[in-house]
Amino acid sequence: MSAQVEPAESAEHTRSAAAGNEGAPHRSLAARLVARVGSGAVQVLLILIALFWMVPTLGLLFSSLRSPQDNASSGWWTVFTEPAQLTLRNYAVLLDNPDFVSSFGNTVLITVPSTAIIVVVASLAAYAFAWLEFPGRDWLFLGVVGLLVVPIQVALVPISSLYGGTPLYGSIPAVVLFHVGFGLPFGIFLLRNFFAAIPRDLLEAARMDGGRELTIFRRVILPLGGPAIASLGIFQFLWVWNDLLVALVFAAEASQPMTVALQSEMRQFGANIDVISAGAFLSMVVPLLVFFAFQRYFVQGVMAGAVK
Amino acid sequence: MARVHLSGIGKTYPDGTSAVTGLDLDIAEGEFLVLVGPSGCGKTTALRMVAGLEEISSGTLTIGDRVVNRTPARDRDVAMVFQSYALYPHLSVRDNIAFGLQLRKLPKREIKQRVEDAAETLGLTEHLDRRPRNLSGGQRQRVAMGRAIVRQPQAFLMDEPLSNLDAKLRVQMRAEISRLQRDLAVTTVYVTHDQVEAMTLGDRVAVLKKGVLQQVAPPQELYDHPANLFVAGFIGSPAMNLLQGRLEADGSAARVELGGQSLAVPAALMAERPRLREYLGREVALGIRPEDMEDAELGTGDQDTLLTSTTDLVEALGPELLVHFQLPAPPVVTEDTKELARDAGAEGIDAAAPYSDVIARFSPRSRTGTGQPLRVRVDTGHLYFFDPATGDGIWGEPASATQQKEGTHA
Ligand SMILES: Nc1ncnc2c1ncn2[C@@H]1O[C@H](COP(=O)(O)OP(=O)(O)O)[C@@H](O)[C@H]1O
Ligand SMILES: [Mg+2]
Repeated sequence: MSAQVEPAESAEHTRSAAAGNEGAPHRSLAARLVARVGSGAVQVLLILIALFWMVPTLGLLFSSLRSPQDNASSGWWTVFTEPAQLTLRNYAVLLDNPDFVSSFGNTVLITVPSTAIIVVVASLAAYAFAWLEFPGRDWLFLGVVGLLVVPIQVALVPISSLYGGTPLYGSIPAVVLFHVGFGLPFGIFLLRNFFAAIPRDLLEAARMDGGRELTIFRRVILPLGGPAIASLGIFQFLWVWNDLLVALVFAAEASQPMTVALQSEMRQFGANIDVISAGAFLSMVVPLLVFFAFQRYFVQGVMAGAVK
Repeated sequence: MARVHLSGIGKTYPDGTSAVTGLDLDIAEGEFLVLVGPSGCGKTTALRMVAGLEEISSGTLTIGDRVVNRTPARDRDVAMVFQSYALYPHLSVRDNIAFGLQLRKLPKREIKQRVEDAAETLGLTEHLDRRPRNLSGGQRQRVAMGRAIVRQPQAFLMDEPLSNLDAKLRVQMRAEISRLQRDLAVTTVYVTHDQVEAMTLGDRVAVLKKGVLQQVAPPQELYDHPANLFVAGFIGSPAMNLLQGRLEADGSAARVELGGQSLAVPAALMAERPRLREYLGREVALGIRPEDMEDAELGTGDQDTLLTSTTDLVEALGPELLVHFQLPAPPVVTEDTKELARDAGAEGIDAAAPYSDVIARFSPRSRTGTGQPLRVRVDTGHLYFFDPATGDGIWGEPASATQQKEGTHA
């Protein structure tokens, strides 16, 4: 409960300070909402908004749980009056399709390593860029920042011909490598700026306490950088999981992920909305779980009380 | 515990700033040395060089009997208390204190024991499982101390550890640090810009000005025999009054002329400081401590120890009165006094002014008030004299050996 009171209080402070400056009794709607997040009426409102936001998701879920005939003749909301419509048949069909099952596996095999490599390499590199001194560091970092603006499309052809002569072409590692290459600059940029904001004294204290760089990284930077690292992980995971373009270009038939499989399903059968919605729901639910698993890091204000 | 020896230590930052120049300090085993000076004078830089957080540009640093110029901070075996405390926000108080021991891979049982002992010493026992953000300023300060003492290092380094506390807590923590250091007898280098902290804590105090050591001596010695105008003006609160005067012979004694007034310089003082004879008939910078003045109405004394003026302002502090008035003598303007004025926040000294502002410390029994005529009795046995050109104190020893630098004390 106290965790809820604190932000409300600090918002109150900010607000009164701002009001004092302007000498105006008004405060913005957003500020008033923030100040009242703890109160009952606002919580009810928030729940209503959240439910409204969930309607499309629920629609997809219920469509995937109804037969093709039902979906063709009435809207998904009829399940509320006729719950007997609900069936797991679409999922059974889907899971009987070996192509689809292997594409789900491929998606996992592409997404998990891409995300893991990016998070690990980006956080190590970001620490070096933020806190280690080596010649050319700032120029190198500027180079990384420059890479941020390279559009993915310009790399498709050159990388294809690069892969062309190697057994890599069409394989899962090829897709992973491409995602890592394009994910790293942003990851390094994001984390470096976050790590650089950690008070220098903390790192120096750890150094005095006998920490080597890797120890400091593991025991001070990683815990304090948790929120930023979790954000990067979540975004990267979502991006790679939902990617179609890179997979279309670089993944051969055998290594194609779910996005590609769903797309070809769509083409082959035209309107088999039932299987599609079941597949779409499956492909959506994993990123959601990942998000919920890490979302508390978004909210956590770990830095409070570090230095006065 | 170890001796810490700085020999000709200097620091030039990459941008060309020369923060510390030729610093010589010999800190004995178990000694409490305070490094004091105005902000920006290079105290933090000096301390960070000892810590190993800043590269040493020149000179030799010895801890124990190892030259550690090129030894990284983690291997110097010294502990630092940061001005910001630098507590790890994600760790409990217990883990904050234990951190250094964990990194050194001590056995779990010993870590637990040592942390609990340190917590006991610092009165943190019931806070061991809390996070730093849930502690008060004073408690955070203690945790920072605990993190240092638990390691039983060769030396403690502290950078203005009390500056984030309010006045009352600062006095209390000051006493605690003093007691703790004496109990543990660990060599300590303590940085502060507060001369009261310096005087109360230090076995010896080193005064720094613009990266250059001015004097290092026990507190009382600094107060009694400041090596130059800078030390004289920096140590003591309110600061020593500095006036331009003229020293004239008067038999075996002398007198110092201040505008139209004059003060006797006793023969005993002239005998004690033979070099004063060199200044007879010349301008000198005269220093009078506020506490060496008293309201003449409260006692009797010779006419030639009296100064007259008009009271400008009286600040009643309870046990004493601070009385502001002016004397018809120009202020002392040297590089030292300009630096002091800058530190005090004044915008420079008017060299052409025929009057100097003076503060005296009177007994609360004085009845003087704003605008009233004032007669001040000066304890002429405690006058201070400085060379007006170099700013060096004029003491007993022959010229050139006046600086009470490193080496004169153990
Ligand atoms: N990293 C740095 N780079 C350049 N100049 C610095 C740096 N750190 C401190 N300085 C300069 O060195 C001088 C001494 O600073 P510092 O040691 O922090 O003084 P103090 O602790 O006595 O206030 C100051 O003039 C300051 O501006
Ligand atoms: Mg400092």
